[in-house]
Amino acid sequence: MKAPRIPKKILGLAFIFSIVIAALVVARMLFIPPSFGKYGHYRADAVNEIVAQEINYAGYQACMECHDEIYKPKERSYHKSVSCEACHGPAAKHVEAPDEFVPGAPRERGYCPLCHDYNPSRPTGFPQIITELHNPGKACMTCHNPHNPVLPHTPEECSACHREIANVKRISYHASLPCVRCHTVPEKHMVQPKFVFAQVPVEREFCGECHAEGAPGGPDIPRIDLDTHGERYLCWDCHYPHYPEAR
Amino acid sequence: MKKKKSNPLSRREFLMICSKALPFTGIFFIPFTADQILFAQKTKEYDPTQHEYAMGINIHKCIGCGRCADACKKENNVPREPYYFRTWVERYIISTDGETYVDSPNGGIDGFPEFKDNLEILRTFFVPKLCNQCANPPCVQVCPVGATFLSRDGVVLVDEKYCVGCRYCIQACPYGARFLHPTKKIADKCTFCYHRLVRGLLPVCVEVCPTQARVFGEVGLQSSPLRRFLRFNDVVVLKPSLNTRPKVYYAGADGEVR
Repeated sequence: MKAPRIPKKILGLAFIFSIVIAALVVARMLFIPPSFGKYGHYRADAVNEIVAQEINYAGYQACMECHDEIYKPKERSYHKSVSCEACHGPAAKHVEAPDEFVPGAPRERGYCPLCHDYNPSRPTGFPQIITELHNPGKACMTCHNPHNPVLPHTPEECSACHREIANVKRISYHASLPCVRCHTVPEKHMVQPKFVFAQVPVEREFCGECHAEGAPGGPDIPRIDLDTHGERYLCWDCHYPHYPEAR
Repeated sequence: MKKKKSNPLSRREFLMICSKALPFTGIFFIPFTADQILFAQKTKEYDPTQHEYAMGINIHKCIGCGRCADACKKENNVPREPYYFRTWVERYIISTDGETYVDSPNGGIDGFPEFKDNLEILRTFFVPKLCNQCANPPCVQVCPVGATFLSRDGVVLVDEKYCVGCRYCIQACPYGARFLHPTKKIADKCTFCYHRLVRGLLPVCVEVCPTQARVFGEVGLQSSPLRRFLRFNDVVVLKPSLNTRPKVYYAGADGEVR
């Protein structure tokens, strides 16, 4: 039997199609970079290009290698977590050629307030000053050593750090009570506030020293019967001791 | 007699041969030691499959000094103006009437001026923002040319030569972390300072953060600072409902933080 003849038109079409497909294959080989799809739907060489970017910040380990005499005291100071380049700026060039490029130091008054100016959004307890009132015109460095910052004096008033509490207490019925009437404050709390804590009252009887029936004191002090008043709750579950509202 | 046949060497002869062969025994170890040296070099070289990075941000510790945003621009050569950022600091102010105000003047680099409106502030805090390096990144899904991708160590990167600047990814990012680079005219974003990671350095924002509000490290390494951060804090990710699976974890994030 004779094989069916393929019409000329089909042959012509097949020829054209094969050329188109071949052209597509060649174009694909030409246009798609060889590393595309090696690890995923992207050009693997791009990673190397990104890696090739030069660094500008050398990292504190690099600074430590030469500037040991500064790093040693800083390591134990309040600024231990502040990287050198946070203030001195990028210093990778200085590591490569120490004499040709020397990083600057912000000695003017404007720089330290970036962190230490009073701002209500900053966490409570972070040391802050009101720059306009705090020794105007003086550079910070005249009193404070940035590599080992200590307060010229330990704070004498609790309000130096606990400003929010002090502001509220000042206008409350408890305004006349000093903080230490209720809180025992160890001496070390002034120097290491995050490690040595002030003590707080833990019992109802403590408030009862003034507020129980028959407790000593003037007639203005509100009195309650400790046994019946809000029996199983602690006083500060309902009353805020720095601003007691109940009358 | 039988015994002698099976053991033709006397003990003395055997020991003599051994002592002569002793100097050459080192030859057997050469292939092993060479392999060990090569292997040691290989481990020094960066292997992306052995790493997965994430960042932790403790909002309670952020003082809003903007050093991260400043250093990021200096490290990655992002133009100072117009105001585009790879990382920036936002100030959240929640007033007593429940309204939330968010602002970020120049990314926080020049500090935050006093909030002018006479607001009664209920609570206020700073939130550093950056690319969340999603494990399921929407920006990668929409890229029509395969120019942005999730690298093998879990960082979302942009291929500068392949990006056509169509801005699809900028639209797709739910965190607003991408921008069109004003001079290169391509999509740009935080890379976790990828060029620093392969050199064994920290991302520059983590390096300069004075209060260690930013923590960075390996996800899989028990001893990494990040794992410690995740152990000791209640963390959230931003917009978890979008199933982007971010690798930036926030501790102390308020419900208003988006």
